[in-house]
Amino acid sequence: MEFITESHYYRVMPFLLEGLVWTLLITVVGLIIGFILGAIFGFARLSHNKIIYGIATVYVEAVRGTPILAQILFIYFGLSDLTGINIDKISASIIAIAINAGAYIAEIVRGAVYSIDKGQMEAGRSVGLTRNQTMRYIIWPQAFRRMIPPLGNQFVISLKDTSLFSVIAVTELLYMGQQYYGSTFAAFEALTMVCLMYLLITVPTAVYLRRVERRLDV
Amino acid sequence: MISVKNLHKSFGDTEVLKGIEAEIAEKEVVCVIGPSGSGKSTFLRCLNLLEEITSGDVYIEGDNIADKKININEVRSRVGMVFQHFNLFPHRTVLENITLGPIKVKGMNKQEAEKVALPLLEKVGLSDKAHVYPESLSGGQKQRVAIARSLAMEPRIMLFDEPTSALDPELVGDVLEVMKDLAKEGMTMVVVTHEMGFAKEVGDRVLFMDEGIIMEEDTPDNIFDNPQNPRTQEFLSKVL
Repeated sequence: MEFITESHYYRVMPFLLEGLVWTLLITVVGLIIGFILGAIFGFARLSHNKIIYGIATVYVEAVRGTPILAQILFIYFGLSDLTGINIDKISASIIAIAINAGAYIAEIVRGAVYSIDKGQMEAGRSVGLTRNQTMRYIIWPQAFRRMIPPLGNQFVISLKDTSLFSVIAVTELLYMGQQYYGSTFAAFEALTMVCLMYLLITVPTAVYLRRVERRLDV
Repeated sequence: MISVKNLHKSFGDTEVLKGIEAEIAEKEVVCVIGPSGSGKSTFLRCLNLLEEITSGDVYIEGDNIADKKININEVRSRVGMVFQHFNLFPHRTVLENITLGPIKVKGMNKQEAEKVALPLLEKVGLSDKAHVYPESLSGGQKQRVAIARSLAMEPRIMLFDEPTSALDPELVGDVLEVMKDLAKEGMTMVVVTHEMGFAKEVGDRVLFMDEGIIMEEDTPDNIFDNPQNPRTQEFLSKVL
């Protein structure tokens, strides 16, 4: 057994497990906030009010039109340079995921709500429900079901995006792997295990999503 | 009960309704016929403000719904609407489709709402379908559920927008039966329809619409047997 416990594949694991915890924390917390942002801006993109629509459109296009690497550097270095306030790396990472995913989720929300047949709103209104009640009890539950597959997709994308935060030395999964081979020179072993750890999360997610999608199809 | 005065409706530059005048009395069954594009559906949808009114007035039991200050949700709860494509809520069971309005608009609790809904389901002949989802119903069954859903709000007026046009021919009869029963009970009804037989048998009055106006209105017997307006004659010669 010694050849296993002495190998780099094994010895890198404590580093990677710590990194994975941070990766998941940043992804999950970032996406929860991102979903709230996405819901708000998604509905704003459906608004007939030109100002609300305009603000949401600027947000979505600005985020989707710039690389997330630039966004994280902007949030971590740029904003602290401007305001003089230093935010910690984990918070900066969570904010970056939230703002970035929020823009993509806004489009997911907009698309899903828009895809619900117009007759549903009319039927709700003609029973006497208000616009908001119809949205809440009729449109949103149907739209949310359609959002599940693309939201799962966004989870996978955002999870992988957290690896970019290694540039500001966030102790996420990839960074912890780099730390290991920085001192041991075992880059092949360390990076193999890093990739396997990502796949450990992303592959089951993808399988699960495909099953959900198939169920939603029928 | 319904009073329409000089109703105009435009979509962008296209004027669809060009000054509609109509009076509909309580317990009256009025059928609206006419070629497609004549504005009959738009006219019906203006009666519960699913289409915004461009100009003119529409009084529902004395309330002018063209007035921006009116509480349209309250008016709509008195005016039921049945759509060509049913528009049932697919994520709710048949029973939940019917009880949603009474619960959310009238503030009933679930038991009270079901006490209203179950007899209605029986009335439309679908008691055994209370707990299934709409996707497992046939078109005719869906439309009968949609009628029950509207009736659960205890409306004073029912609007029907081509209720049988999306149905297979053999399913039309059941829906028309339910509508006939409603008419017999004295419901005030406005029905946009291609079912000339229904208009003849159940209608108290028939409005013939073309080019955004009511070209002719009369009793079914007079309209169908002795139409005065050449456009009415032309239309009826094609459909009868």
